[in-house]
Amino acid sequence: MIFGISEHEILSIVVTAILTIVTLMGSVIMAALMIPIERRLLGLWQDRYGPNRVGPFGSLQVVADMIKIFFKEDWIPPFADKAVFVIAPAIIMFTTLMAFAVIPFTESWTIANLNVGILFLLAMSSLGVYSVIFAGWSSDNKYALLGSMRTAAQMISYEVFMGLSLLGVVLLAGSFNLGDIVESQRGMWNVIPQFPAFVIFFIAGCAEIHRAPFDLPEAEQELTAGYHTEYSGMKFGMFFVGEYLGIVLISCLVTTLFFGGWLGPWLPGFVWFFLKAFFFMCFFILLRAATVRPRYDQLMAFGWKVLLPIALLNVAITGAIVVAQS
Amino acid sequence: MATITIDGKEFDVDDTENLLAVALSKGFDLPYFCWHPELHSVGACRQCAVKSYRNDEDDKGMLVMACMTPCSDGGRFEIDDEEAAEMRRQVIEWLMTNHPHDCPVCEEGGECHLQDMTLMAGHTQRRYRGPKRTHKNQDLGPFINHEMNRCIACYRCVRYYRDYADGDDLRALGSHNNVYFGRESDGAFDNEFSGNLVEVCPTGVFTDKTLGAHYNRKWDMQNAPGICNHCSLGCNTSPGSRQGVLKRIQNRYHGEINHYFLCDRGRFGAGFVNRDDRPRQPLVRNADGVLEPREMDVMRDTMEEVFAQANGVVGVGSPRASLEDNFALRHLVGADNFTNGMAPADSAASVAARDAIAANADRLATLREVESCDAVLILGEDVTQTAPRLALSLRQSRRNKHLEHAAANKIPKWHARAVRDIGQYNNSPIFSATTSATRLDDIVMTPQRLRPAAIAELGFAVAHALDNTAPKVEQLDADTQALVDAIAETLKGAKKPLIVAGTSLGDPAILKAAANATKALAAANEATRLFVTLAEANSLGMAMMEERDIDHALTAVEDGSADTLVVMQNCLYERAPKARVDAVIKKAKNVVVLDHSMTRTVGEATHVLPSGSFAESDGTLVNNEGRAQRFFQLFIPDAPMQEGWRWAADLAEVAGNKPEWLGMDDLIKTIVADCPQFAGIEDAAPSQSFRKFGMRFPRSPHRFSGRTAMYANVDVRERRPEVDPDSPLAYSMEGYYGEQQPPSTIAYAWSPGWDSNQAAITRFQDEVGGHLKGGDPGIRLFAAPGAAAEFWAAEVTAVDGWQAVPVYHIFGSESQSARAPAIAERMPKPEYRVNAEAAKALGVTAGDSFELAVNGETHAFPLAIDPSLPDRTIGVPVGMHGVCGLRLPVEVKP
Amino acid sequence: MKNAAQNAFSATSSVLRTIGMTFMHSFRKRDTILYPEEKPYLPPRYRGRIVLTRDPDGAERCVACNLCSVACPVDCISVVKTEDETGRWYPETFRINFSRCIYCGYCEDACPTYAIQLTPDFEMGEFDRQNMVYEKSDLLISGVGKRPGYNFYRVAGMSVGGKDKGQAENEAEPVDIKTLLP
Repeated sequence: MIFGISEHEILSIVVTAILTIVTLMGSVIMAALMIPIERRLLGLWQDRYGPNRVGPFGSLQVVADMIKIFFKEDWIPPFADKAVFVIAPAIIMFTTLMAFAVIPFTESWTIANLNVGILFLLAMSSLGVYSVIFAGWSSDNKYALLGSMRTAAQMISYEVFMGLSLLGVVLLAGSFNLGDIVESQRGMWNVIPQFPAFVIFFIAGCAEIHRAPFDLPEAEQELTAGYHTEYSGMKFGMFFVGEYLGIVLISCLVTTLFFGGWLGPWLPGFVWFFLKAFFFMCFFILLRAATVRPRYDQLMAFGWKVLLPIALLNVAITGAIVVAQS
Repeated sequence: MATITIDGKEFDVDDTENLLAVALSKGFDLPYFCWHPELHSVGACRQCAVKSYRNDEDDKGMLVMACMTPCSDGGRFEIDDEEAAEMRRQVIEWLMTNHPHDCPVCEEGGECHLQDMTLMAGHTQRRYRGPKRTHKNQDLGPFINHEMNRCIACYRCVRYYRDYADGDDLRALGSHNNVYFGRESDGAFDNEFSGNLVEVCPTGVFTDKTLGAHYNRKWDMQNAPGICNHCSLGCNTSPGSRQGVLKRIQNRYHGEINHYFLCDRGRFGAGFVNRDDRPRQPLVRNADGVLEPREMDVMRDTMEEVFAQANGVVGVGSPRASLEDNFALRHLVGADNFTNGMAPADSAASVAARDAIAANADRLATLREVESCDAVLILGEDVTQTAPRLALSLRQSRRNKHLEHAAANKIPKWHARAVRDIGQYNNSPIFSATTSATRLDDIVMTPQRLRPAAIAELGFAVAHALDNTAPKVEQLDADTQALVDAIAETLKGAKKPLIVAGTSLGDPAILKAAANATKALAAANEATRLFVTLAEANSLGMAMMEERDIDHALTAVEDGSADTLVVMQNCLYERAPKARVDAVIKKAKNVVVLDHSMTRTVGEATHVLPSGSFAESDGTLVNNEGRAQRFFQLFIPDAPMQEGWRWAADLAEVAGNKPEWLGMDDLIKTIVADCPQFAGIEDAAPSQSFRKFGMRFPRSPHRFSGRTAMYANVDVRERRPEVDPDSPLAYSMEGYYGEQQPPSTIAYAWSPGWDSNQAAITRFQDEVGGHLKGGDPGIRLFAAPGAAAEFWAAEVTAVDGWQAVPVYHIFGSESQSARAPAIAERMPKPEYRVNAEAAKALGVTAGDSFELAVNGETHAFPLAIDPSLPDRTIGVPVGMHGVCGLRLPVEVKP
Repeated sequence: MKNAAQNAFSATSSVLRTIGMTFMHSFRKRDTILYPEEKPYLPPRYRGRIVLTRDPDGAERCVACNLCSVACPVDCISVVKTEDETGRWYPETFRINFSRCIYCGYCEDACPTYAIQLTPDFEMGEFDRQNMVYEKSDLLISGVGKRPGYNFYRVAGMSVGGKDKGQAENEAEPVDIKTLLP
C-alpha cells in the first residue's frame, strides 16, 4: 500500500500510463508517417515517383518536412483573435488523440475500456468541429470563415449518419463497449451483416475528417486553403497532422467496428489490427487519388437524401432481425 | 465656318483650312509626308488620299489629296474608304521601294514618321525585289548626320530649309528617281536653324549627331519639360537622358513661343551638362592652392566656419540661374547684400528693358505673334546671334505680303507653292539698324550700320516722326531724316507693326527709343507690338528682382565692407574686367562659388559647391516677354550635387539664418510674398502635390526598357524608384500621360500610332499648329500695362572717338553652350573687325595680330576687315575665347 | 424511380471503376524523368539560356538596336549602343539579368538580325544572385546559332567597314549627282 493505493492498482496505473504513451506516440508517429506514404502512393497512382531524394526512397522526407515546419516563423496575423487563433489547432489534436483512448488495439491494449466507448468517440469527433469554427472565425478572413462554415454544416450533418450507421453494430453486439463489439465479431465480421452501415460509416468518416473527396472546407481552388488559410508554421502543422491523425483514427474504427479488430489467425492481434488499419489508410489515399470533389449542395443532398434513409433503414432492418432472433 | 462630313460624322470647321489639317485636328489618323503644319501643302507625296463626294446622291466619289482640298461647306469625305486606303497603301509601297533595310541601325527608329505612316497605311510586306537605289552621304558637320539612302523624296527638308528658314546651301539635286538632298560639297550647314531638319525630315536622312554619339531610342529616354537657357526667349525644350547622361534636346511645342522649331544653339548647346570637368562634389582650396574634394558632412563644418569668420558677406546672383536659386542666395546674404550679377551696362540695359516691357505690357508680341507682323523695325539687335529663334520668326513676318497677295487672288493660305509664286519677291518691310552686317540683311530694306548712339537717335527720331509730342532729336542730316520719314510712313501704313530692340549693345537709350516708338505708333494703331530681347535666360527676372549690379559686390570687397563673396552660378570674369576680378578675389577672405561648370571663377574660388545645371534642378525663368516658365529636373545626379537653392538654404542654415521654406512650392510662395512683382509664378506649373486621377506625370515613355538590368552590374537588386520632392512628375514611366495633363508637365510627345515628335504633339493641340490643350505653359507677369508711361527723353551718350562694339556669335557668345563640344566645334575664331578705312588709320591689314585694351583688359586677336562697320568702330568678339569681362560699347584708344 | 436507381447504380459503379482504374496505375511505368541522373531531350528550339551569336563572317551580329530590350516584358535586357570607326553599330554593353528573365523568347522574336537566340540549356542555378547577371562577354558565342548564313550588314544600306554604298545585296551603284544625264 502506498498512499492508500494497492500495489495492484499501482501496477495497473503504470501499465495504463505506458499504454497511453505508446498509443500516443504510435498514433502521432503513424500520422506523421502517413505524410510521406501519401505522397509516395499518390505518386505511384499518378505514374510518377513522389519524393525520393531525401534518404533511401525518400524515407527521410518526413524528417525534412518536420524540421522545416519547426523552424518556420510562429506567425499570428495582427488582425486575428490571438487566443482563439492559438487554441483552435490544439483542439483538433486533442479531440482526435482523446478518441484513441477507447480503441481496443488488442484484447488487453485498451487505455480506457469504457462501457460507452462509441458514445465517447462520437462526442470527441463532435468537439472537433470547434477547432475548425474557431480557426475560421479567429482568422478574420473571408475564405477562412467560409471554409469553417462549410465544415460546421458538413461535420454536424455527417455526424448524424455516422452515429446512425453505428447503431446496427451496437444492436448486433448488444454493447457500446468497443472491446465487446470486437469480441462479438468472432463468428463473422460485421462488414457482412452490416455492409450498408460500413459504407455509410466509411463515407461519413471521410467527411468527418474532411478528406478528399469531401475536402470542401479547404477546397483550395475556391477558398485558397479554407479555415487554415491564415495558419503557418507549427500551428498549420497541427492541423496538418490532425488530418492524418483523423485518417488513422477512422481506419482504426473501421477495423474495430466492421473488420474484427485484432481478430485473426496465426499472427499476434496487434499485427492483424495494424495490417487491417493500414489497408484502410491506404484506401483513403487511393480515394484521394481517384475521386473528384462534389459541389457543396451535392454533398449535403447526398447526406440527407441518400445516406440518412439508408442508415435509418439499416437500423430498422437490423433491429427487426435482432428482435426476431431473440 | 463650314460644316463638313468626315466618315459620316459632321464637323463645324474653319473653311480657310485644308482637309488634312482639319482631319488631324479632329483626331483622325490620316497618313501624310510632304505636308507640315508650318510648311503647309504642296500635294507632292500623294499619301493623304481620301474620297470626296460631290453631294448626297454621289455614291462613287473621287480620290482627292486631303492636303490640297479646301474645307468648303457641305463637303462629304471618307477617310475610311477601301479605295482611298488602297491608294495610300500603294503610295507608301512605292515610297518604300528604295528604302534601305536600316531601321535597326537608324537613329530615327522608334520616332520615325515613315515607320508610323508605313504601319498606318498598312504596308507590311515588301514586294519589290529589284535593286535599290543608293547614294553617297555627306559630312554635314558636328550637328547633323546624313544618310541619304533613307530618303523618300518628300522635299520637306528643302521646303523647310530654303522656303522657311531662307537657307541656301541645301538643295534638291538630280532628277526623277535620283534626287539628292544635300550641299554642294561636304561641310556644316550655313543656316542657324539647320537642327530642325532632324525633326522635319520624316525619316532618318538627317539625324542628330550629338545624340548618335551616345545613342539610345526615344522610348528609353527619361525626359523633362525644359526651358532653353541659352538666350532670353525661353523656348520650350524636351531634354532626354538615360542613366544620368543628357542625350539630346528636342523641341517641346509651345503655341506662343517656339512652336515647332528651335535654333541650333538651343538644340545642340546642352552638351556642357555631360562634361567631365564639371565640379561633382564639394571642393575646398587647400594650403597648396589646389581644390580638393570634401565629404558633405565635412563641408558643412567648413562652411559653418567660413560664415562664422566672415566679416560682411556679399552675394552675386546670376541672370542665367533660376529665380529660386537667386532668391535663396538673396536670403542667405540678405537683401541688402545681394546683387543681380550682371555687368553694369547689361544691368542698366536690362532695367531699361524691364521698364519698356512693363510700360507696354499689353503691346508685347509673343514670338509667334512676330510672324504675323507686317512691318518691322529692328533697333540695334543682331537677332540671329543674340536671340536666334527670333530671326526665324522675323523671316516669316516678311511673308505676310505674300499672304496678302494670295488673299487678294483667292488663293488659300495653306497652298504653299501658289502663295510663294504669287508673292514673288514682294516682302513685308523690315527695317534694321545695327552696328554691322547681320544675317537678316537679305530680307531687310536698306540695312543701316550705325554706332549705338546713332541707333538710339534713329529710334527716337522715328518716334518723333510718328507722334510729334515725342521728344525730338536735334541735328539729323537730311539722308537720315528721309529714312526716318520712310520708316515712319511704312510703320504707320502697316496693319500690325512691330518694334524690336534689345540689350545686346548695353545701351539703355536704344530700349527707351524703342519704347517711345511703340508708344507713338500705338496711338495710331492698337495692333502695334513691341519685342524686347535680353541677354540671358533670366535677365528679365533678375532685372525685376534686383537693380544693383555686380559693381556693387566688387566695390563692397574693395572698400572692405565685405570679405566673403558668395557667387551663384556666375562667372565674375564674364562680368567685369579680369584685373579687377583678380584683385577682388585676392582681397576677399573666402570666395564661395555655387556652380555647375568649371568656370574661371570656380578655378579661383576657395570653396566650390556643385550646384545642378538645368538638368539636375527645377526652377523658374522669366523670358523676354515676362513669361515665367518652370523647368523640371531631368535626372537625379549620381554625385553629391543639388540645386543652387538647396545649397543656399543649407548655407543659410549653417550661417544661423535657417530659411523657413522647406520645398520648392514653399520657396516659390516665399518669393511671391517677398517680391510681389513675381506674383503668378506659383501658377507657372502645378504644385508638387498636384495629381491627375491620383497619379503623377511620367518622365519616360511607357515602354522605357532595361529597368531591371540597367544597374544590375552594380547590384542585382533593383533600385528603389526615386521620388521627386519638388514636382508632380515621376522618375519613371508610371503615371498619367495624356491630353488632360497640364501642358507644363508634358515631358515628351507621343500618342498611339504617332511616335515622331512633330506629329505626335498634334494630339495635345487644340488644332494642328495651334495652342496646347489647357493653354500654353507659362504665366505672363506683365499682363496689364503699368501706369500710362510718359515718353522718355531722347538722351543718348555719343562717343566721338574710337569705339568698341560687341560682335556676337550664335555659337560661342553664350558661355554655357560654348562649353558644349558640338558648339565649340562651330565657334568662329576670335577676331577684331574694322572697316577698311579704320584699318588704314590704325596702320594694320587683315590677318595681322592686333592688340587692344578695353576697360583695362588687353587681348590680341587677328584683325579682319568688315566693310559694314561704321567708321572708327572696332568690333570685339564677346563671350568666347577669354574675352569675357568686356561689356560694350565703350570708348577705346587703340 | 427506375431512373433514380439507374443513376445511383451508374454513379456508384463509376466511382468504383475510377478507384479501380487508379489502383491499376500501380503497375504502370512511371513518366517522371529522374533529372540529374537522366538528361532529358531538349529540342533545338527550346527556350533556355540566351546567347548572342556571330554572323557567318565572324563579327558580332548584334547591332544594338534595342528591340530586344523593349520587347522584354520584365525589362531585364540593357543594351548600350556604340559604333566602331567605320560606322558599324554594336553593343558596348549587353547585359541580361537572368534573375529576372522569364525565358519567354520575345527578345529572339524581336531581333532583326538573329543575334539573340535562346538555347536548350537551362542549368543556370547560382548560389549568389549577382552571378545571374550576364554581361556581353558571357553571352557572346563564336557561332551562328540556329541561323546560318544571315548577315544583317550585307542587307542593310549603311556603309560599314569593308562595305561601301551600293555593295550590299540587291543594291545599285550610288547615284552620281554630278551627271547631267536624266
